[in-house]
Amino acid sequence: MSDPAISLDRARSSELGIVARFFKATELDTRLLGMIGAMVVIWLVFQFMTGAKVNGQFLTLNNFIDGQFLTPRNLWNLSVQTSSIAVMATGMVLIIVTRNIDLSVGSILGFVGMIMGVTQAEFLPRLIGFEHPATWIIALGVGVITGALIGGFQGFIIAFLGVPAFIVTLGGLLVWRGAAWWVTSGRTVAPMDSTFRLMGGGPEGSIGAFWSWIVGVIACVAIVGMIINGRRQRKRFNFPRRPIWAEVFMAAVGCVLVLGAVAIANAYYWPIGIVRKYAEANNITIPDGGLLISHGIAIPVLIAVAAGLIMTFMSTRTRFGRYVFAMGGNPEAADLAGINTRWVTMKIFIIMGILCAIAGAISTARLNAATNAQGTLDELLTIAAAVIGGTSLAGGVGTIAGAMIGAVLMQSLSTGMVLLGLDTPLQNIVVGLVLVVAVWLDTIYRRRTA
Amino acid sequence: MINTHTPLIDMEDISIAFGGIRAVDGASIDLFPGEVVALLGHNGAGKSTLIKILSGAYKRDNGTIKVNGEEAAINNPRDAKAYGIETIYQTLALADNVDTAANLYLGRELMTPWGTLDDVAMEHSAREVMGRLNPRFQRFKDPVKALSGGQRQSVAIARAILFNARILIMDEPTAALGPQETAQVGELIKQLKSEGIGIFLISHDIHDVFHLADRVAVMKNGQVVGTAKVGDVNEDEVLGMIILGKCPPGAIPGPGAVK
Repeated sequence: MSDPAISLDRARSSELGIVARFFKATELDTRLLGMIGAMVVIWLVFQFMTGAKVNGQFLTLNNFIDGQFLTPRNLWNLSVQTSSIAVMATGMVLIIVTRNIDLSVGSILGFVGMIMGVTQAEFLPRLIGFEHPATWIIALGVGVITGALIGGFQGFIIAFLGVPAFIVTLGGLLVWRGAAWWVTSGRTVAPMDSTFRLMGGGPEGSIGAFWSWIVGVIACVAIVGMIINGRRQRKRFNFPRRPIWAEVFMAAVGCVLVLGAVAIANAYYWPIGIVRKYAEANNITIPDGGLLISHGIAIPVLIAVAAGLIMTFMSTRTRFGRYVFAMGGNPEAADLAGINTRWVTMKIFIIMGILCAIAGAISTARLNAATNAQGTLDELLTIAAAVIGGTSLAGGVGTIAGAMIGAVLMQSLSTGMVLLGLDTPLQNIVVGLVLVVAVWLDTIYRRRTA
Repeated sequence: MINTHTPLIDMEDISIAFGGIRAVDGASIDLFPGEVVALLGHNGAGKSTLIKILSGAYKRDNGTIKVNGEEAAINNPRDAKAYGIETIYQTLALADNVDTAANLYLGRELMTPWGTLDDVAMEHSAREVMGRLNPRFQRFKDPVKALSGGQRQSVAIARAILFNARILIMDEPTAALGPQETAQVGELIKQLKSEGIGIFLISHDIHDVFHLADRVAVMKNGQVVGTAKVGDVNEDEVLGMIILGKCPPGAIPGPGAVK
């Protein structure tokens, strides 16, 4: 009975035009593709504008070459600056998909960051000594547990006591920001443990050229393996499969993107001062052309990518993820299907708390200090990233990958405007307008495809 | 129907109140294997509420539910499903944003040995069961929201029969369907009945269900007016039960009958 199914599917696809057939064969998400397209346009515009600023003239194609946006250095910085928001956006997707909202993520980040800062800078040195090798993992563990407890507490009130998430997390926004101040009465805690600091990036907190290539190759093998496995699975039941050319095309595009990103990260070299210090410390004489040491992929970026992969896996391959989306589509149906919707809701908020802690670790490590103002307004950036990334506030729709691209898009805007030297008020106006326009375009897209 | 063996379902003296309003008040109703019982009454008569107590969606204040003669603890939809009670709700209760296979297995997903969702296996049996119910159905990749009313109905029905239900509850099963699809549902009910499944048919329209049912039970204001074998009463008499609460000679009067 699968054979007629295949022939029917084929019969349908032959009615479509060549573009539509391409998208059907590759099963690409056109929405996601549109977002990536928008991002590329934004990048090119910033490249041109920054080039125009350098060259002092507007109507020359040299602007594309002399621009400062699409340089390894800027792209590398962009990736590091995005990681903290990107990590939280992955969790925000699940929250918004289930028709909830979390306004407290920035404050939780601040509070947990403070807790981690105090743990490693004031508490642990007295207990196990300064710069102990285990300091970073204990501090991180304390942070993650604190985050999970806070998320679980808020989730409990939302799921079991029935207080709307908007109110609970609005309260959380004030409570945890206040609590962050309370930990040290507003005093900034510094410096962080040197191992902990690796989570924030920088020349030390990057994995270098060799390991970056290894990560890239592993990613490529994983992409090919996943495509082969998917094909084998569908073969098991004789389902319609993608054409071979589409599979090869997808694998090739995936690998080129991954290896391209690695190449860019590796093309950003350590600043001269740090190289000199490093050479002195290791007794290396710097050759005439200068010593070129690649940054490679930054550790916070690896953390964000790992968070994205794990969350994508959870949302698409596990029972929990299936329930999250079913609850977003029709909460009553999920209840009637026997899903323990309250517990699932609480779990989502626990996960969000853990992700806030990880994001907090990244930003305190990057700043090399914990301050009580850390993460202020991050909740809005996180929600904006998720929404720009296609998460519907009506619930039931959203992807982790989309939210992460949304985070990159938001960060691209602010980075680009900083490079152009725009004033902060103007930056805010642009970001606000982009958010509204993006969601408006998405509404049109959905209406046309629905 | 020979009523000598134990009933599949025996609900006794069930009551539930919502903020002072007694939606169901001392209702008793039973169902035997291979039997179709039509539960009739006006909108708001309490039939859907009574049946939601059986399917675990509501928790009763009073009364007992026996499955195969043994008292059953039904406190949530999962309990009901464990007893083989499957429900097709009037609203269909489908998660609109996920596809057919995901809806069929919602709450009871097939898993791979690694603890991940076995989507292909689920799609496989979805194709099988949908092929039986609605052979022309092909849209397995689309979210359920994109399907037509009849297709959505067949997804809801497929979900109920996929797990070897012994008791099937159908709340207004044909309300949203055209004549051809209604006939299809009628055929399906006969087939399930011959397999020994007991079926509760809930409807406010007597014409929909009279020819399908073995017995009718009529509710009014949360109480059972009476029950009757379809052969012992005619449609007008049942209509009298629904509208006036008047129990005809052929029916067994319940607490809600007008004296």
